Amino acid sequence: MQNFPWLTALIVAPAIGSLVVWLVRPLRRYVRQVALAWSLIVLAGAVFLAFQFESSQGGVQFAERYAWIPRFGVSYAVGLNGVGLVLVLLSAALVPVVLLAGWKEQSSPARQANYAALVLVLECFMLAVFAARDVFLFYLLFEAMLIPVYFMIGSFGGERRKPAALKFLLYSLAGGLVMLAGVIACWTEGPGGEQGFMIDSLTGFDWGSTRVERLIFLSFFVAFAVKAPMFPVHTWLPDAAQAAKPGTSALLVGVLDKVGTFGMVALCLPLFPEASRWAAPVIIGLALVSIIWGALLALGQKDILRMIAYTSVSHFGFIVLGIFAVTETAEIGASFYMVNHGLSTGALFILAGFLIRRRGTADMTAMGPGLQRTTPLLAGTFLAVGLSAVALPGFSTFISEFMVMAGTYQRVPLAGVISVLGVILAALYILIAYQKIFTGPVQEDLASTRDLGGRELWAVGPLIAVMLFLGFCPTPVTDLLRVPAAETVEQSAFDWPPGSGLEQAEPVGTGQEGGQE
Amino acid sequence: MNLTVVLAVGPVIEFDWYKLAPVVVVLVAAVLATLVEAFAPVRARRLIEVPLALLAVASAGLLALHLAISPQDISGATANGAVTIDPLGLYLQLAIAASALIGLLVIADRTVQGDDAFAPQASAVPGSEYEEQARKAGLTQTDVFPLVLFATGGMMLFPVAGDLITLFVALEVLSLPLYLLSGMARHRRLLSQEASLKYFLLGAMASAFFLFGAAWVYGATGSLSLSRIGTAISGGLTQDTILLTGVVLILAGLLFKVGAVPFHYWTPDVYQGAPTPITGFMAACTKIAAFGALLRVLYAVTPGLEWDLTPVLWTVAILTMVVGTVIGLVQRDVKRLLAYSAIAHAGFILTGVASFSPDGISGTLFYLFTYGISTVGAFGLIALVREVDAEGHMRGQATGLDQWRGLGRRSPLLAGTFAFFLLSFAGIPLTAGFVGKFAVFAAAFGAGAAPLAITGLACSAAAAFFYARIIVAMFFEESPDDSVVARTGLGIGVRTLGLTQIAVAISAVLTLVLGVIPGWFLNFTEELSLLWVP
Repeated sequence: MQNFPWLTALIVAPAIGSLVVWLVRPLRRYVRQVALAWSLIVLAGAVFLAFQFESSQGGVQFAERYAWIPRFGVSYAVGLNGVGLVLVLLSAALVPVVLLAGWKEQSSPARQANYAALVLVLECFMLAVFAARDVFLFYLLFEAMLIPVYFMIGSFGGERRKPAALKFLLYSLAGGLVMLAGVIACWTEGPGGEQGFMIDSLTGFDWGSTRVERLIFLSFFVAFAVKAPMFPVHTWLPDAAQAAKPGTSALLVGVLDKVGTFGMVALCLPLFPEASRWAAPVIIGLALVSIIWGALLALGQKDILRMIAYTSVSHFGFIVLGIFAVTETAEIGASFYMVNHGLSTGALFILAGFLIRRRGTADMTAMGPGLQRTTPLLAGTFLAVGLSAVALPGFSTFISEFMVMAGTYQRVPLAGVISVLGVILAALYILIAYQKIFTGPVQEDLASTRDLGGRELWAVGPLIAVMLFLGFCPTPVTDLLRVPAAETVEQSAFDWPPGSGLEQAEPVGTGQEGGQE
Repeated sequence: MNLTVVLAVGPVIEFDWYKLAPVVVVLVAAVLATLVEAFAPVRARRLIEVPLALLAVASAGLLALHLAISPQDISGATANGAVTIDPLGLYLQLAIAASALIGLLVIADRTVQGDDAFAPQASAVPGSEYEEQARKAGLTQTDVFPLVLFATGGMMLFPVAGDLITLFVALEVLSLPLYLLSGMARHRRLLSQEASLKYFLLGAMASAFFLFGAAWVYGATGSLSLSRIGTAISGGLTQDTILLTGVVLILAGLLFKVGAVPFHYWTPDVYQGAPTPITGFMAACTKIAAFGALLRVLYAVTPGLEWDLTPVLWTVAILTMVVGTVIGLVQRDVKRLLAYSAIAHAGFILTGVASFSPDGISGTLFYLFTYGISTVGAFGLIALVREVDAEGHMRGQATGLDQWRGLGRRSPLLAGTFAFFLLSFAGIPLTAGFVGKFAVFAAAFGAGAAPLAITGLACSAAAAFFYARIIVAMFFEESPDDSVVARTGLGIGVRTLGLTQIAVAISAVLTLVLGVIPGWFLNFTEELSLLWVP
């Protein structure tokens, strides 16, 4: 039992499910049920792995390595540390939710099968990318993921799906090919040998020249910044989110974009510590711009999907800020933020999807006003999820946002202060949206709007429950993240300029009780 | 010593038929096929030609494989130095035979009504009464097969040629049949004949360049044998300018065949005009053969001329990648689009060649094989997409991008496979195209040719746009009407013998396998390159 490749089995399972759903014709009638059951089994597998994980030990667990292309030092190497594990859990959890939320979106069984197959293929790539322990393998999956998403947007999206899908593909490919130059340089400049691409071989490697290290770092960072997405390469996201099905957007923003920030934590910092130090001030600056700019643009949106996309740009700013502040608290906060943002934004997109389905428009002013009276459940869940996006205490998002800000304040007080502005703006854009749609007198034609049904409640309810649970009891997750965060800080050996008075900052607690905002 | 002397001692030339077998088998089969054309009754010709051609090419490939893995060392010159057999040459022969075999399957395929890709009577004036009669009589042009066999024979001789005369003869043997074949399309015959004429005129000029260059090189080194030219150059030569001029002219002749800028002008027209199965055959096999010969010539002269040739090759490689990509962006015809893609790919392969390192050669060899295989498959699929008129008769190929709209809905398997080939051309991971690109770009980085690699990456990003456009048309757009059918044999439309489907399946599987588990094949090409480079 010990030697069974559990992790690989978990990664391959969705791919097999996808083939079954797509190819086995007799199952066509029950394709949604089969896909949902399959994704739940995968989720159970991920939870099973999580229980096997020894969080006190730290390091990479469930590690497997097989030589793949020895000629180029490429291995099939997978393994999970705490950060990888929580993101694997997040991916596995969001897939069934998305399948459930999109239950009635596709009319014909053939289209249902295609959509479910794409979602499951994507799940396979997502699980694998968070588990990859080889830079080349990571890159392969990073690029390969584009294809199912491209078809999900292009084949199943709404009105402007074609240009949006193309924009998404070209942005991502351009970023990816910049990264490919870096990957190639990792091989020609790196340690080489049959394990030349293993993250473990590259961590702590002396690149010889500062210039080479900085160039490779930049090539990786550009790709991750496009994916994350950060200001100024974020412009593809609103278009993609607006054109895609809300379920697709939930996966895209909730999980897929996390690959960008995950790459920063898992590759940029440990592999290129000097270059990360060198670039950190600029990156922190860009992250702050993302926070404020994303929030301001979210305020100005009419389309609910575009609004959510811009709020995500703002939230990704927080994550990047935490990552490049490189204190233990900020690292834990950033990794925890990735999970919470996935839950919160995923739920927000799915609720937006329910609203659009009912009202036939994504325009917030045309949806309402006054839906609160006719659909109290929908209004309530929307408010709850919205407040989680504002990081209200009690929701897990609060803890992660607080940790990021506190951790950043330890290093760069000014950045910590500026980032707080993002919270105020967040309250504005969510509450204004709520006001537009749900409050006010009921329009006559809205009186017959259906409230959330059982299936829809089951799609959103668990997400809210998890956020509340982690809001009051974050330790199961933060314990997983503590050791990797400490390792990251140690590996990148960040020395901030003396005189900032922050070289020996004390780690801050999880801040459950804090209410400073 | 001059040429006449060499010819005068002719009778003592020794032929090692064992080593020459792969080439000889194909050429003998070509002669036999010509005799079949002359003497066999019309009805029987096709039945004899198709198996004969397939058998000849398959056995040539197997012979090359046998020679390559035989325990005894088969390397060495034969036919008085006219042919040099070594593992590299055998590998290229094998690659050519494999692509030609798949190409032949596509060429031999036709609808069950007997409608193939070739004009019933190629000599008939387009639109004439005679042509109409030939069509009604159900004539078929079976001379395609001997022509393809001659071309294949020339291609297989090309990369093993030991001197410039053999190289030239091989060049002509492979080119002349292709000129003819390009003009034999069944539909849109004027376009096809124009393509043929263009190809012939420009090709003749390239041959002239080649010959002229050979004369200069002979003047500078006193020999036509590649090995002796190499010795003469590394032994120190005073007449550098003459030699360099000659080598550059020879390169021009070869770069014409691979379709590199600025010798690429024929490519789009010929690719578009030629019968689609021929386009696939030509695009794949000519490229492998010509790059093989290019490697031979370059590495024969590099010990002395590497520094002089590097700027030339860099310029050509960068121009080829950029021009192929940029002009490809605005094409509205699937065949022309793939023609520009072929130009860009020639640039990517040149990146490997211009690295002048074992890694570069290894990458080039890998790239050539995988590109050849996927190209034959892709053009095979294009050959399956046909127009139908109002009465339901099959017309010519539907190659306009607009006509491909909505194909993914009606023929998902065909469109899906084509999209897979496009992803491989674009260099998306888990396809052979990605591994090939990685190999040549890594070699370029390693050999200090980073500008080439970076241009290549930028072009790959841009080229993704035009591959994506075809995918968009196939999957995300609705079809305008029912004037286009895909001969998939699965859905609507006319059924074929199924040979194309076999060919496409083979090439798709190889593209996938070499993309997912390329390790063994890369080891193989690396061994070859190390064996070959001193």
